[in-house]
Order: sequence, then C-alpha cells, then structure tokens
Amino acid sequence: MARIAGVNLPNQKRLEIGLTYIYGIGQPTARKVAVALRLDPDTKIKDLTDEEVTKLRQYIDENLQVEGDLRRDRSQAIKRLGEIGAYRGIRHRRGLPVNGQRTRTNARTRKGPAKPVSRGKKATAKT
Amino acid sequence: MSRSSKKGPFVEARLMGRIEAMNERNEKRMIRTWSRTSTVFPEMVGHTIAVHDGRKHVPVFISEQMVGHKLGEFAPTRTFRGHSGDRKTEVKKRA
Repeated sequence: MARIAGVNLPNQKRLEIGLTYIYGIGQPTARKVAVALRLDPDTKIKDLTDEEVTKLRQYIDENLQVEGDLRRDRSQAIKRLGEIGAYRGIRHRRGLPVNGQRTRTNARTRKGPAKPVSRGKKATAKT
Repeated sequence: MSRSSKKGPFVEARLMGRIEAMNERNEKRMIRTWSRTSTVFPEMVGHTIAVHDGRKHVPVFISEQMVGHKLGEFAPTRTFRGHSGDRKTEVKKRA
C-alpha cells in the first residue's frame, strides 16, 4: 500500500487507476504522470518499488494541485463569485445549475431528488 | 467558444470613454448603461455603474474582484418570487 498526497492509499489496482483515488487526479492525469515518470501504467500499485512511490509522491507534490489545496481553491472560487454578487454566485447559493442549463425539467444533479407537488394545491390553481 | 484573444476583451466604446473622462477629471458619478456585455475593466474599479436589467438600472459598485466579468453578471434579469401555493417562499424575494 502506497501513501501519496496525504491520506490516499490505493491498493490492488493498476497504477493508472490507483492514482485516480487521489482527488484532483483522473485517468488522463494519471496517465500523464505515468508517462512523465516513465512508469508502466499497468503495474499494480503493490508492485511499485519504494523508490517509484517516492518519485510519484515528489512528482505530484511539485506539479499537481490535489486534495485539500484543490478543494480549498475551488470553494474559494465559488465563494468569490458569491461575494461579488455575480449571477453564477447566486446560482451556486441557491443550488441551481450555474451554466445556463434548463430548470423546467432535469437539473436534478443540482436540485437534488424531486420534491412532490401536493395535489390539492395544484387542483385549486387550475380552476 | 471563447472570444479570440487577438481582439482583447469587449467594452462598449462609449462607456469606456465616459469612464476614462471621469477618471481624468477625478470625479465619480453614477453612469447608466444598457451594455450588459461589456467587460469590467480595471479602470472602472471604484465607480458605480447602473446596469440595465431589462426594466430598470441596477446600481453596481465595481470592486477589484469584478474585473474580467461582464457587467450583466451583476444585474439579474429575473425576479423569482416562489411558486403559487408555496407559502414558505412566497414572501421571500430575491435580494
């Protein structure tokens, strides 16, 4: 088990996949890291030598923004939008889609599970 | 697709002209504009610009952080007062 960028410990998986357990590293980034360090993306994490793990750790530290730092930057970017009173900030605050998507239907990712409309009220509105 | 960087950010020339004139004379007056697509320039910081929202002009005090955004982002065009029969949110309106 390797420990990179703080708390992350991937395991039986291939390097390419294991790295994606780190917040801020997806498969494309993981592949780039492997290429940059001349490692085979198919080696299992457990088969990595200590040396290779150290190299990975160092590379990620120096070149990538991951985990806490990345989370902090993202939430600060959102906070900033709210503070300057921008439309996007308001959408974030209200938990609605930010990039101009429709909200008449869908938008469930942002809005969460559908809330039922009570039938009695709806009927009175119709008459 | 984003705008070609060759052109630089867009501002309505008239608006920019008036801001620059005001900066030169060192005065601060509310300036009304319909140009929601104009980018906020560093020169505008500290001014109050009244941006049209389709109905009236919303006064927007330009702070340093707003540079690079568009004026329209600060003047919402919709008023949502809640749905009918939605008693809780009906009274609440958008600030």
